[in-house]
Formats: sequence, C-alpha cells, structure tokens
Amino acid sequence: MSLWTKHYLLEKNSIFLVIGVLIVIAIGGLVEIVPLFYLRSTIEKVDGVRPYTPLELAGRNIYVREGCYNCHSQMIRPLRDEVERYGHYSLAAESMYDRPFQWGSKRTGPDLARVGTKYTDEWHRDHLASPKSVVPGSIMPAYPWLAATELDFAHIQDDLKVQAQLGVPYTPAMIEQAIADLKTQATTDAPTADELAKRYPNAQVRDFDGDPSRITEADALIAYLQQLGAQVNFKIYDDKANIR
Amino acid sequence: MSSTYMMLAGFAQTWGLLYFVSVFVLVLVYALWPKSKTRFDEAARMPLRED
Amino acid sequence: MTQSNAARKSITTGEMGTAIAFAVLAFASIFIAAKAYTSEYAFHAYLFAAASAAAVFKIIDRYSSRPAEPPPLIIDGKPNYNMGPVKFSTVAAMFWGIAGFTVGLWAALELAFPVLNFDLAWISFGRLRPLHTSAVIFAFGGNVLIATSFYVVQRTCRARLAGDLAPWFVVLGYNFFILIAGTGYLLGITQSKEYAEPEWYADLWLTVVWIAYLLVFLGTLRRRTEPHIYVANWFYLAFILTIAVLHVGNNAAIPVSIFSPKSYIVWAGVQDAMVQWWYGHNAVGFFLTAGFLAIMYYFIPKRAERPVYSYRLSIIHFWSLIFLYIWAGPHHLHYTALPDWTQTLGMTFSIMLWMPSWGGMINGLMTLSGAWDKLRTDPVLRMMVVSVAFYGMATFEGPLMSIKAVNSLSHYTDWTIGHVHSGALGWVAYISFGAIYCLVPWLWNRERLYSLKLVSWHFWISTIGIVLYISSMWVSGILQGLMWRAYTNLGFLEYSFIETVEAMHPFYIIRALGGALFIAGALIMAWNLWKTVQSADLALSVASPALQPAE
Repeated sequence: MSLWTKHYLLEKNSIFLVIGVLIVIAIGGLVEIVPLFYLRSTIEKVDGVRPYTPLELAGRNIYVREGCYNCHSQMIRPLRDEVERYGHYSLAAESMYDRPFQWGSKRTGPDLARVGTKYTDEWHRDHLASPKSVVPGSIMPAYPWLAATELDFAHIQDDLKVQAQLGVPYTPAMIEQAIADLKTQATTDAPTADELAKRYPNAQVRDFDGDPSRITEADALIAYLQQLGAQVNFKIYDDKANIR
Repeated sequence: MSSTYMMLAGFAQTWGLLYFVSVFVLVLVYALWPKSKTRFDEAARMPLRED
Repeated sequence: MTQSNAARKSITTGEMGTAIAFAVLAFASIFIAAKAYTSEYAFHAYLFAAASAAAVFKIIDRYSSRPAEPPPLIIDGKPNYNMGPVKFSTVAAMFWGIAGFTVGLWAALELAFPVLNFDLAWISFGRLRPLHTSAVIFAFGGNVLIATSFYVVQRTCRARLAGDLAPWFVVLGYNFFILIAGTGYLLGITQSKEYAEPEWYADLWLTVVWIAYLLVFLGTLRRRTEPHIYVANWFYLAFILTIAVLHVGNNAAIPVSIFSPKSYIVWAGVQDAMVQWWYGHNAVGFFLTAGFLAIMYYFIPKRAERPVYSYRLSIIHFWSLIFLYIWAGPHHLHYTALPDWTQTLGMTFSIMLWMPSWGGMINGLMTLSGAWDKLRTDPVLRMMVVSVAFYGMATFEGPLMSIKAVNSLSHYTDWTIGHVHSGALGWVAYISFGAIYCLVPWLWNRERLYSLKLVSWHFWISTIGIVLYISSMWVSGILQGLMWRAYTNLGFLEYSFIETVEAMHPFYIIRALGGALFIAGALIMAWNLWKTVQSADLALSVASPALQPAE
C-alpha cells in the first residue's frame, strides 16, 4: 500500500482524522505539563509556606469572587525593577496551596504577591471602602459592601475537607476546628490564639475590619491580603537551593 | 538541577527535532504527492458546486 | 399529509430518553435549589429547573404536532438541509455580539471614569470584565462557530444534519450555558480562571452539550455523499475536539458540595498556571483561530466564487497549525516560577507558529488573485479579506511578543490588550461579520442584502474604531512598561505605580471611543440584517432551494 492511499484514508474517514488530531495535540500538552509534577523546582517545599487558615481561605474566595485577578497579578518576576518595586521574586512554593492560582495576567493595579504587612489594616479598610480616599489617582472600584456584609462561614469545613482530599495537608483537627479557628483569628487578643498558632504558624490574629462585634467579609479579605507573600522569611531563605 | 535541564535540552535537540522534522516531512509528502493533485483540485471546488 | 400508507406515529427513543432526562434534571434542580448554600446558586438551580421543564414541554408539544415519519434526508434528489438551528445561532450570535461589545465598552469606560462602577457589586470592573470576554468569545464567537459549522458541514457533505433533537439540544443548550455563565459572573460565581470562569455545574453542562455537538458533527460527516471531507470541516473538527480536551483538563475540579456553587481545582500553583495557559492559549488557537479559519476556507472562496488559492497549502496549514499551537501556552508565563525550559519551549514554538499562520493568510488572500476588482464592489468580501490581513498582523505580533525580552516589557500591560483586540476585532469579528452577511440572505432565501452601502458604512466606522483601539493600547502599553522600569540617574525607580496609572487616562478614553465606533458599526449591521429578513421584495421566488426540482 503506497503512502498516498494511506493518507487518502485520513481524509476520507473522519475517525482517522479524529485520532490524528488527538495524537498531535496530546503530545504537546503532556510534554509541557507532566514534568511539572516531578521537577524539583516546581514541587519543592519552602520553610514557612503553610495552608491557608479558614479565615484567609474565606478571604481568598472573596478575592476570587470579586475578580481581583483581572487587575492585580501575584507573581513578581526576577527583573530588577520588579524586585525593587515589590520585593523578592515569587517562588513556585509560595503558590503551592493556591487553587486556582492567582498569578494574573494584567497589572491595571500593582502586583499583590507581597502586599502582606506592607500597609495597616486601617489603610486596607479605607482603601476597600473608597480607594481614592487613600490613593487619590486610583481607578479601582470601591468595595463598600465588604465591610457591611457578614461573612458566611457556615460551610467552611466543607472547603477544608475538599482541599484535604486534593492533597492540601489539612489535618482532621484543622477541619474539626475550622469554624472555631476562623472566629479566633478574627478576634483581637483571642484566648485561643495559641491553638490557632499551633495549627497555622505565624497566622496573624486580630480584628481586621475594626468592628469587633461581628466578622465581615472585610475581615476575611484583609486577613488574606495581610499574609500575601509574608509566609517565607527571605532573611534566612537560601536563593541557590531553589534555582529554576 | 542543571542536569535535568541538560537532559531535557539534549532530548529536545535530538529526538524532539527528529520527531518534528519527520512529522513535517510526512505532511509535505502527503500534501504534495503528485497523484493527489487532481483529487485536491476537485476537493477545492466543493464549496462552489451548487445544488 | 395523512396518507393511507403512513406509519403509525410513535415516540422515538431519542424523544422519550431526552424528555425523561430533562424531567429528572428538573426535579433534581428543584431539590438542589431548596437546599442551596447561597441564594445565587438557588437562582441558577431554578433556572435549570425552568429550562428543563420547558424542554420536556417542548419535546412533547413537538411530538404531538410532527408528522409520523421522520423528515426525509433527500427531497427530489436534493439534500433536505436542516437550517433551523443555524438560523437560531445566527440570530443569537448577533444578539450576544452587541451585548458583549456593549459590556466591553462599559468596562473600558469604568477604567477611564471609575465613578461608573457606582459602588455596585454586580457591575464592578472585576465582575464585568469576565462577562465581556465570555460574551464576545463564547457567546458571540461560539454561536458564529456553531451556526457556520452546521451550515458548512451540511453543504460540503451534501447531507442533512445528523440527529433530530440533537442539533437543537446543542444550539439551545449552548446558549443556556452562556446564560448561566454570564449571570454567574454578575452574581460573583466564578472560579477565576481566565476565559474559563464558569463554575463546576456550568462546566459539566457544557461538557454534555459539547459531546452532543461533536456527535452531530461527526454524524453529519458520516452521512456525506461527497468522497472527500472538505478542509474547512477539518478545522471545525480540530476545534471541537481540542476544545473538549482543553475544557475537561482545565476545569477538573471538586465541588465543595452539590449544594454549593464553589469548587476547588485539582491542580495547584505552578501546575495550575501551566494547565490554565495550556487551555488559555489553545482556546485562542483552536476556538478563535482554527474555528474561524474554517469560516475563511468556506466563505471566502464561496463569496469570491473561486476555489481556495492552494488546497495543498491548506493541508500543510492545517497540520502544522494544530501541531505547533498546542505547545505555545507557556509564553503567557515568561519569567514566572514556571521552569525556564518550559518557557523556552513555549517561546520557540510560538515563533515557529508565525510560518503556518502566514501560510494560511497567504492562502486566504491569494484566493482573490484574478478577482481583486471584487473588493471594490463587494464590501462583504472586503471585510473578510481585511480580516485575513488582521489575522496576519496579529499572528506576526504574537510571536514577537512571545520573545522573552519583548515579553518582559509587554507582559502585564495594555499592549497585550491591544494585541488581543487586533485579533478579536480585526480577525474574529470581521470574518464573523462577513460570514453572517453571507448567511442571512442564504438562510432566509433573500436574493441579496438589504443594503451594501450600509455594509460599507459598517466597514469604515468599525475599522476606524479598531485603529483607535489598538493604537491607543499600543502606546499606553509600551509607555506603562517603560515607566515601570525607568530609573533616575541616582538609581531609584523614577515613577510610583500610581503615576503610571494616571498616565493611562487619555489612552483609556481613546480606547473607549474606538469601542463605541465598533458598536455603532455592529448596530448598523443588525439593522441591515433585520431589513434583509423583513423586506418581502428581496425574497427569492422559490420557497426553499431544497424543494427545487433537480437541475
């Protein structure tokens, strides 16, 4: 059978066309994706990176809900101006618990990968309620409803459970205590802060939204923002260990 | 780390290249095979035939 | 109608099965709505219930009024084409197009004048932008692709569309997906993966619809009376298949609960980024390129009344395009935490991709060789040819921007937005407009369009709009990229971030103006098409070409 009768088959029979297309597209995708699950630089753990606390996770879900990623990246590239403007370039490990990732693709606003602890909670409150009140030239929309809406965390245990199924190291105790931990983290001088710190080292514990009487969406979002990029201590981090 | 990179680069520059060139040659042979010309010319007129 | 030899009318397994499936879905949706974690999710569940109930009703209603026999495949030696679903998708495309352009304009104005966010959650920029991208890509573009693919596959196979309820299920099911996705964004239901924002239940629904789409398309190919599968159908098939694979791979997620709209993706961090842009770039490659190239390979030869310049080139174009595109995704992740070798691989393939892209462009443009004069007299053809030129421009700019050094400047800036729109407005929208201008008279049996002069107006107004759009985004993108990396002679960063935002203001206004002109053109088009369908004096003398006697 000569070559040309074979390809005649290809154009005459749709099933062969289907198989041809599937083979061609499978190879490219597999070669680029599969190694990422095995290469050291993409799966290595870095000291300090831990799963999100229930409050941070709830805040992250609000970040996702409002589409913050449309204007803010969370990925500092190893370029001189970015490192000077935003801080140490982002490590793969720093987004290892991000489902989905929030690297973004556009900086209509600045990068937020290391915005944690850079501003005070008050600044964030004012900024979310009315960005122009703290940054006069800002074109960011205002989010006044965040501080006015009570956080719905009735089902936060389900969130942790699903993440645990996917491989995030949430222990049964973390899932069990999720609601208690969430309330603890949103309370200044909470008596149970030690227990939270045992489960989530370096978690920041306080009333983030300035209203101790209730836990709002602003509490959760600010708690999330305040830990962004602040988990790894770059004073003791060894750059060379993780070259990519 | 650099050994992973070298290994992958080595693979891409040998087997990867071979794979791409051979697929491309196959496509060229398929498209340019002289005997197929009339069939392709006929196929090209398919949208123009009215019914 | 009621002949003595007519078979006794009985419900088909397809009708029965579909009706039962929808009845089950309706009850399940009501159950879920009652126990939903959020009111937004309950609203969606009720929409599912209402749509399913309507589907059951419609199937029964259709059964009671249809003849006992299934529609004949051939009437008087001519294929009995099924154009109902094509008509529906064509109208839907025009509707979603104008809606999507308008949302885009509003989003553009919000960036120029943030007061337009009105402190309302559901129209804040972060929720409107996905609505805009999904409305133009999936609602407008998707309906154009479904309409043209169902048209082209029937005509080039000379066979009636496969399936009885299936084509309607595809068309209506797809538009229902759009409704769920769009209202979801406004209500804050999103998984935040760009161009794949709909949550798990919308994704599942789309998967079912998409499989039906693939089966209808393949079924029609199998019915063909032509020996050869025309090249446009290859592109359609590659588009349908690859989008199915990409959609399932990128949206693999576990819902928090069946009563919650929220899900968590199975990929995390770097892996998720790679999977996302493997999806994202190939949505460009296979949805916005391969699908619309299929339109080019049918509608340009048809309108120019000459065969494609080189059928052989079209074969080389097809295989090299789908072969190279699938590798290009990592160029969206240059200088990120993705390994260097993956970035280099993505860059290399993106540059190589320039070749097949231009091969395709040459093939489209040269189809007019010997008939260039038609560009003067036929503004529809002019629109399609200019779209191919824009395709050439965008596919030159793309490889350029995938070079790491260029990307370090262009990434995160408006240059990307400008690039996307030169492809989206110039290529995708223009080839779609051209195809719709062809389709409407064919589908509604009109001898011609109501007014070619209005097509000319549409062409010129929207071309000015595109030029304003992409040139303003070029300038603002490059300007902002340079400002971010500018240093004073003392070695400090020269501009604070907010200074670079303020510098964008005039360009955001020019961009919005460009968008407004583009919408104006689309409105002229909608009016022109409406008059074409309405004007009885444009009607062809025969009711339907399928009913004409042979030869």
